Amino acid sequence: MTGIGKSFLGVRVLAEVDLAVAAGQVHAVVGENGAGKSTLMKILAGVHAPDTGTITIDGRQVSFGHPLDAQRAGVAIIYQEFTLLPERSVAENVFLGREPLRRGLVDRAAMDTATASLLAGLGEDSFGPRDPVKRLSVAQQQVVEIVKALSLDARIVVMDEPTAALAEHEVELLYRLVRRLQERGIAVLYISHRLREVFDLASEVTVLKDGRLVSTVSTSEVTSDDLVRLMVGRDLGTYFPPRASSVGEVRLSVTGGGNERLDDITLELRAGEIVGVAGLQGSGRSSLAKAMFGAAPFTRGTMTPLRPRSVREAVAAGIGLVTEDRKAEGLALRQSVRDNALLVTRAIGRKGSSVRDLLERVRLSPARPSQEVLYLSGGNQQKVVLAKWMTLAPDVLLFDEPTRGVDVGAKAAIHDLMRELAADGMAIMMISSELPELIGMSDRVVVLRDGRVAGTLPAGSSEEDIIRLAASEEAT
Amino acid sequence: MSDNLHTTPAPEGVALPGSPGDRKVGRARPGPWSGLGSTQVVYLALLATIVVGWILVAIDGGNLLTLETVVGVQQRSAALGIVAVGQTLAILAGSLDLSVAYLISLSSLVAAEIMEAGSVPGAITAVIAVSALVGLVNGVVITKLKVHAFIATLGVALIIKGVVDHLYDGPAGRVPESFQHLGYDRVGPVPVSALLWAAVAVAAWFLLSRTRYGYRVYAVGGDPDVARLSGVRTDRVVIVTHILCSLCAGIAGLLLASRLGAGAPTVGTDGGYDLESIAAVVLGGTALAGGRGGVAGTVGGVLLLAVLDSVFNQLEVNSFFKDVVRGVVIVAAVAVYARRAGRKRL
Repeated sequence: MTGIGKSFLGVRVLAEVDLAVAAGQVHAVVGENGAGKSTLMKILAGVHAPDTGTITIDGRQVSFGHPLDAQRAGVAIIYQEFTLLPERSVAENVFLGREPLRRGLVDRAAMDTATASLLAGLGEDSFGPRDPVKRLSVAQQQVVEIVKALSLDARIVVMDEPTAALAEHEVELLYRLVRRLQERGIAVLYISHRLREVFDLASEVTVLKDGRLVSTVSTSEVTSDDLVRLMVGRDLGTYFPPRASSVGEVRLSVTGGGNERLDDITLELRAGEIVGVAGLQGSGRSSLAKAMFGAAPFTRGTMTPLRPRSVREAVAAGIGLVTEDRKAEGLALRQSVRDNALLVTRAIGRKGSSVRDLLERVRLSPARPSQEVLYLSGGNQQKVVLAKWMTLAPDVLLFDEPTRGVDVGAKAAIHDLMRELAADGMAIMMISSELPELIGMSDRVVVLRDGRVAGTLPAGSSEEDIIRLAASEEAT
Repeated sequence: MSDNLHTTPAPEGVALPGSPGDRKVGRARPGPWSGLGSTQVVYLALLATIVVGWILVAIDGGNLLTLETVVGVQQRSAALGIVAVGQTLAILAGSLDLSVAYLISLSSLVAAEIMEAGSVPGAITAVIAVSALVGLVNGVVITKLKVHAFIATLGVALIIKGVVDHLYDGPAGRVPESFQHLGYDRVGPVPVSALLWAAVAVAAWFLLSRTRYGYRVYAVGGDPDVARLSGVRTDRVVIVTHILCSLCAGIAGLLLASRLGAGAPTVGTDGGYDLESIAAVVLGGTALAGGRGGVAGTVGGVLLLAVLDSVFNQLEVNSFFKDVVRGVVIVAAVAVYARRAGRKRL
């Protein structure tokens, strides 16, 4: 790919990007959110047409008007969100759009046999071609995606954040699959945020920043710190705002709280402090926030100021939740910044403060209240969610992964704002799977394990302390 | 709201490792009913309705399963059945068609007028041409003008209504005796109209399960983006589907003209074929959002509605009460499917 450029709605997302990958090579593409990685890959897959630049495959220049053209040219892409039909079988998904025919009719037997042999070739025997995709785990679905790519006879396979949805032991499986693709002489473009994977798999890595090519380097010649510097354009300082100087009265307390997923939860949130919540996936972190917020309420135990039975009760009692999935649960994407910011006050029927002031306070820039939230970056969307809760001036604000999918600049702004809110007397709870963030921000860290509080660690505890507590079997 | 356990670890920095045990293979829990698809459920419901209906009618001193009633059920359901097969295709592809009722009226008039002029083959050809054209318009408006199917087909329905109401204020044309065999003859206990319905249903089943077109219908209805990213030309699939759906309505129009002996501007709307066909499809377990279901369920749904009708007729129940029961049955069926679908996704 040479000189690729692309703009959406007048916003330039890619400019003059070059990328080359050889057969049998794993080439990683890294960059921060919004660097243009996914757009570049979608151009290669024929989803978007480039404004400038050319694509050459095996010495021939190609141009794709439809994903079908890219498929025919041997490009297969495995998207971050899987492109599988849950209601259809594995084989039907693998051959979707290219069902084998026999005398003009779909040859189901051939489809099943071909799928079965591709599965066997990858050493996958936990499911078969006739199993419906909706019964498969995320990792198994990824195998289906890879089989689909193989069935296309793809010579270039693009994987967009393939490990984002996988558990640790499934990542190993993915590594094996990638290496098998490599052995077959397939060129693999591997997009990832996670530098460990880049070094484990790729021989070369291309760094994008703000839609521009920063550099293409060989992984044997750089360290992960070098890559981070290239991605961020500066040394990634571990800057976090200073901690609370004084902690005030108890704003919220739970004693012996429990429900389907939680048991015997006891904790206090005080004015002025930020309490971090850590735990493995499935340990009940989000459940805890949702229980305190009345979305999946506690069925046992006591909570002050009240144990909410519904979100409405919790909000009326001054408890807010910045959810983990802002697009699905935090914002009405098609509505304006103003309407989103006023969602809560309108729902509760309280008089809100000026939207302009609020947007200034959350440092939204450019602050255009009439813009649809859909078109904002992840960081700006998160600021709108914050503005939404600030209209209520809650006593307690719960954050679930507040900086996921947010760029570095917005991240720092959100961290500053959280501190500011705490200093104004709010009690803040922050769930995060990012340990440096937890350690940098929290005045103490509550660690959950299997729906229970495994322990509480003071500020300044190390990552090891947290992991040990979160993962160990015996209680402390 | 469920706790999203499969959280994506944060971009940079050290993410906590997922615990190995927290994600088992997502097999559905085996429950007493989990082996049954919605098609089996609708046929079980049909069987139950027949048994209960037979008992109720027997208590009332009648017999539900006489030759007369069995033939009646088939005859009454044939036209709705044919429309519903077409509607199944449209709904499976993630669309729907509200224009079928007016198209049926139009087809009956076109057929009867041309037959009166003397040509039965000419009439059939004309009906096929007219309905294919209506389907094409529906499909093109939906895919190229990007008008939601509900509005697009409602608009086309109103256009047909306007034309028909302008030209006719009562039955018109005349269907010759020879063509009326279609509506009234039977082979043993099976009316010819039911055979026609069966042929349409088998053809649709064959298309859906054995041809590329059918696979694409499921793909487009299941998720149009996924279909497109897999190289399916989704617009074509939707257009072809609407043509087939309208052809089914045209065939139903021919059948009703043969039954009436003439064309009638209200035959489609009087039968309520638009909403009834959608109800039958949904009752048969096809998801209104598309991508899941099939013709077999629809046939069961149509038969279930017809048997209910027959039972109520024999019991001489107030017809308003009949509608109440039908409404309850449809809503209950969809609620049952929704529960089952929800459980599978655990």
